[in-house]
Amino acid sequence: MNDTPQAAANEPAVRFEAVTKRYGDVVAVDAVSFDIAPATLVTLLGPSGCGKTTTLRLVAGLEQASDGRILIGGADVTHLSAAERDVSMVFQSYALFPHMTVIENVSYGLRSMGIRKAQAAEQAAQKLALVGLAGYENRQPSELSGGQQQRVAVARAIVLEPKVLLFDEPLSNLDAKLRRRVREEIRELQQSLALTVVYVTHDQEEALAVSDRIIVMNAARIVQDGTPHALYNEPNSRFIADFMGDANVLDAVVGARHGDLADVQVGPLRTAIRHRGFAGTRAAIALRPHSLRLAEGRRPDMLGGTVRKRTYLGDHVEYHVTLDEPRAELFVSAPATAALIPEGAAVAVTFDPAEAILIGE
Amino acid sequence: MPGSQPAVRRDVAGWLLIGWAAFLLLPWYKLESGFFAFDWLVRRGDGSPAAVLAFGAAPWLAPLVVPLLVATLLCARRHMRGVGVVAALGLVWLTAQGFAIIHSGWGYGWLASLSGAPGPKQPALGWGATAYCVALLMLVATELADRGYCKGDRFIVGSLLFVIAGMVLFVAYPLIAILLSAVQDNDGHFAPALFAAKVTNANIWSLRCLAGNGACGSAWNTVALAILVGVLCTALALPLALIALRTRVRAAWLLRSLSILPIITPPFVIGLALILLFGRAGIVTNFLSAHFDIPRSRWLYGMPGIAIAQVLAFTPIAFLVIAGVLQGVSPSVEEASSTLRASRWRTFRTVTWPLIRPGLASAFLIGFIESMADFANPLVLGGNFNVLSTDIFFAVVGAAHDQGRAAVLAIVLLAFTIAAFLAQRHWVGKRSFVTLSGKGDGGLPAPLPRGLRYGCYAVATPWLVLTIVVYVIILAGGFVQSIGRDNTPTLEYFLTAFSVEKGVNGWFLSGSAWPSLLTTIGLALVAMPLTAALGILTAWLLDRQRFRGRTLFEFLAMMSFAIPGTVVGISYILAFNVPPVQLTGTGLIIVISFVFRNMPVAIRAGLANLAQIDRSLDEASLTLRARSFATFRRAILPLLKPALVTAMIYSFVRAVTAVSAVIFLATGRFNLATVYIVGRADVGEYGIAIVYAAVMIVVMMAVLVGIQWLVGERRLGRRRAVADTGALPA
Ligand SMILES: Nc1ncnc2c1ncn2[C@@H]1O[C@H](COP(=O)(O)OP(=O)(O)O)[C@@H](O)[C@H]1O
Ligand SMILES: [Mg+2]
Repeated sequence: MNDTPQAAANEPAVRFEAVTKRYGDVVAVDAVSFDIAPATLVTLLGPSGCGKTTTLRLVAGLEQASDGRILIGGADVTHLSAAERDVSMVFQSYALFPHMTVIENVSYGLRSMGIRKAQAAEQAAQKLALVGLAGYENRQPSELSGGQQQRVAVARAIVLEPKVLLFDEPLSNLDAKLRRRVREEIRELQQSLALTVVYVTHDQEEALAVSDRIIVMNAARIVQDGTPHALYNEPNSRFIADFMGDANVLDAVVGARHGDLADVQVGPLRTAIRHRGFAGTRAAIALRPHSLRLAEGRRPDMLGGTVRKRTYLGDHVEYHVTLDEPRAELFVSAPATAALIPEGAAVAVTFDPAEAILIGE
Repeated sequence: MPGSQPAVRRDVAGWLLIGWAAFLLLPWYKLESGFFAFDWLVRRGDGSPAAVLAFGAAPWLAPLVVPLLVATLLCARRHMRGVGVVAALGLVWLTAQGFAIIHSGWGYGWLASLSGAPGPKQPALGWGATAYCVALLMLVATELADRGYCKGDRFIVGSLLFVIAGMVLFVAYPLIAILLSAVQDNDGHFAPALFAAKVTNANIWSLRCLAGNGACGSAWNTVALAILVGVLCTALALPLALIALRTRVRAAWLLRSLSILPIITPPFVIGLALILLFGRAGIVTNFLSAHFDIPRSRWLYGMPGIAIAQVLAFTPIAFLVIAGVLQGVSPSVEEASSTLRASRWRTFRTVTWPLIRPGLASAFLIGFIESMADFANPLVLGGNFNVLSTDIFFAVVGAAHDQGRAAVLAIVLLAFTIAAFLAQRHWVGKRSFVTLSGKGDGGLPAPLPRGLRYGCYAVATPWLVLTIVVYVIILAGGFVQSIGRDNTPTLEYFLTAFSVEKGVNGWFLSGSAWPSLLTTIGLALVAMPLTAALGILTAWLLDRQRFRGRTLFEFLAMMSFAIPGTVVGISYILAFNVPPVQLTGTGLIIVISFVFRNMPVAIRAGLANLAQIDRSLDEASLTLRARSFATFRRAILPLLKPALVTAMIYSFVRAVTAVSAVIFLATGRFNLATVYIVGRADVGEYGIAIVYAAVMIVVMMAVLVGIQWLVGERRLGRRRAVADTGALPA
């Protein structure tokens, strides 16, 4: 932690210090703290209603914090209005001004800063070219497709070269095919211009694909904060394991430890799993759907259950298995090359201990 | 923040400068010759600024320099905290001294008895005082913003304070003046017993007519009339709405003309037409008397005539309310019902009817309020039937000239209309004033059951016929000698009213109607942009800003809708006839009454328009470094053009056709068209009255159609398309 303001380069681009936002009795953001390093893309991820949008709007200055401090580029902006902060935002609905042409939309920020019309239009045209919309200057927003409108919104947001660029679910109004492309474009733009981006989404795949770092929120608080790799592989709670990879979470009892590994008892199964520093006894293990294997028949020292439902999807097969001990519903994704198991069959469930993740309670 | 010394804030310095100029240079008191004669520049005397007066005639003005001095000092030290506090204290002192010392000495009895002397005198506040107030008010706004009110936005706090100050001065203060006047005797002493006696007066509350011996009190008359009119209007408006929207007639012209007519027709015009039809010498009366020996009578004068006139006048308004609700009933729910094997009748009874019931309540209450507030129809048709609004008028203009009685009557009337307004808001919610938005919705509305359809036709047709006859009478009646009796065409009345002659100095307007027509249009034109601006600004504050006291603010803003014009008229006379704010006899007070009477219409237009503009547009603009004022001007105002135009048209037309409030305020110098017409009708010169009314209707119609045509539909179309793409935030 570095509190002296001399070295601007080392300053986090955005810093939240125990920021709380209340709407009457509802606490939308509860004592949230984080730092965002310059030139990184950080995603706020979480289920709907967890406070992501509110957090983003607090950065933008569209909401005023009820408590705590917000710093942008090292300067305290807690009480500054949106117009006074060096932050731009791309809205979910794009929010293009319908009475202005594309170029007027993009130069809007420059004109607000008092830059002359001709010069503003010139700079705006550069940004438009950057998002691949050269030649569309004089269209009305209503004459553009959804994807193009979105790029105009991006161009409009980066035209002031803000310290921080904010995206609120930018892909939600696009069709599925376009989403992948647009998110890659956003990522490329962020990297080539070295932008600091805060990106909100509720889609974990999208978050994994674009982020340098992911901050996962739940019920107005941060539950975990780390690289996509760390979050996926080292979840620190059942919530993260489930949210990040649809993991099956089973209760487990931890026994003796030897080196990196700990003995773990799951139902009838006894195995050794990396304990990641966990010291207690009651725990859980997370198992990804594709790390589980099914074999017909039962074995006393293995996890056993019954196939309740099978869905054939071409490249893979999905099974819903009801486990006998511990009682749980398992979701298994098996390669299509494996033998098909009929519904109602008794199965033994196995996995590679290296792929199981131990989670403290 | 530590470190650099912030610059002197330009806005604070600017307001301080205006404050100093108001104190040092401008004439503090109201000038008899008027400010814009500019003779105060040369003749110091009564045109002195406060700075001069403080050393002589009016030492109590001296403390007013303190806020300016302290604020300037603080500002020079770059210390902004406290500027607003001293400014607020300055305003308090200004108000206190303004009420304490008036033209006749001490403003309060206890001050006189305290000092024993008759006390000093001072005239009403003038432009210097006005500028001083505005400057201090804006300094208060700056400080409130600095303290984080309204997210620290100075423009928003400033406009909010400005609008609130306007409403306090021109809506709340006059109402308080009524209250005070009602509880005081004629010498200004507090007299609760007298008030109690007045409020319970038999003239207001008597029920003798039920027993058949004498007249009922005007309060009961008014209530009975209002209930009757409300019920009849609703009963007529529902079939009309069903015909317009749920039958194959689906007449666009019906919708359109019904939405325009009540706005452009001064209500008393219908009363006039009824007299020409059914009066003792009316066309129908003559016919019946000649062919059927039905004796002539004065049955029209009194409750029947007023009720018919009001039903004709207000049914279109009720129709608009019900049609709005009916349009909101998506045809797809009716379709859903019919696919569930419900008969047409069952669909109507179980789906459509429950959905439009709140609309019926709303239509009834609006008819009720309009009837209570109506002044002109009872004036021309009342006979011996007394209602509150005309009683108020005669209490002031009549021989009695009893302002206290007028105030009491006004309070009773106001209590009824406010109660109805509250009931309307409570039951129907604030979305009740549905504007016709022409919402496109897939699906076909369920056709009406046959019996119901014929029922609708049977009820609506007589009304439509009578309405058409009334308008024919109005438009044609002024161009014949004496309609019904002597139908020889003549231009006599038209020429008397609107002739243009060539005299020695060239052409001039010699017709008797010209002065009032030009004054009316002139004042309405001045009020038009002010009403629209204030209304749209208020709508924006209401819709887009969150601040403490917002609900109260909204209530006050919309409540002026429920204050009857006569109450406004009497309250303005009571409040603004004497210092500290003396405005009676000026054109300004007429303009102000136009602005604050018509502001709710502008607010509603603005709110309806803003509801279609996605909030994220404002936010996008804010994050692009545009402050709230720039955001409002560049991003939102262009999209509010439809509302702006609507607000301008309506405020203009309503100002021109208004009569109830301005009949108290019009003077020889500022005579108004409606007042002139009522005056002509009052002395029996129906020809001129009718011709004048016809000209007004035609001119207003031309204005409405012309502007609608100029604005066109294109802009609206684009906006709607965009509103559709704005998705809901997750
Ligand atoms: N203006 C508001 N007034 C009241 N509650 C709000 C408001 N905005 C958001 N909330 C509440 O705050 C919580 C977080 O909302 P939001 O930040 O929009 O969630 P997310 O974007 O993660 O879906 C929700 O419970 C929501 O209902
Ligand atoms: Mg959200």
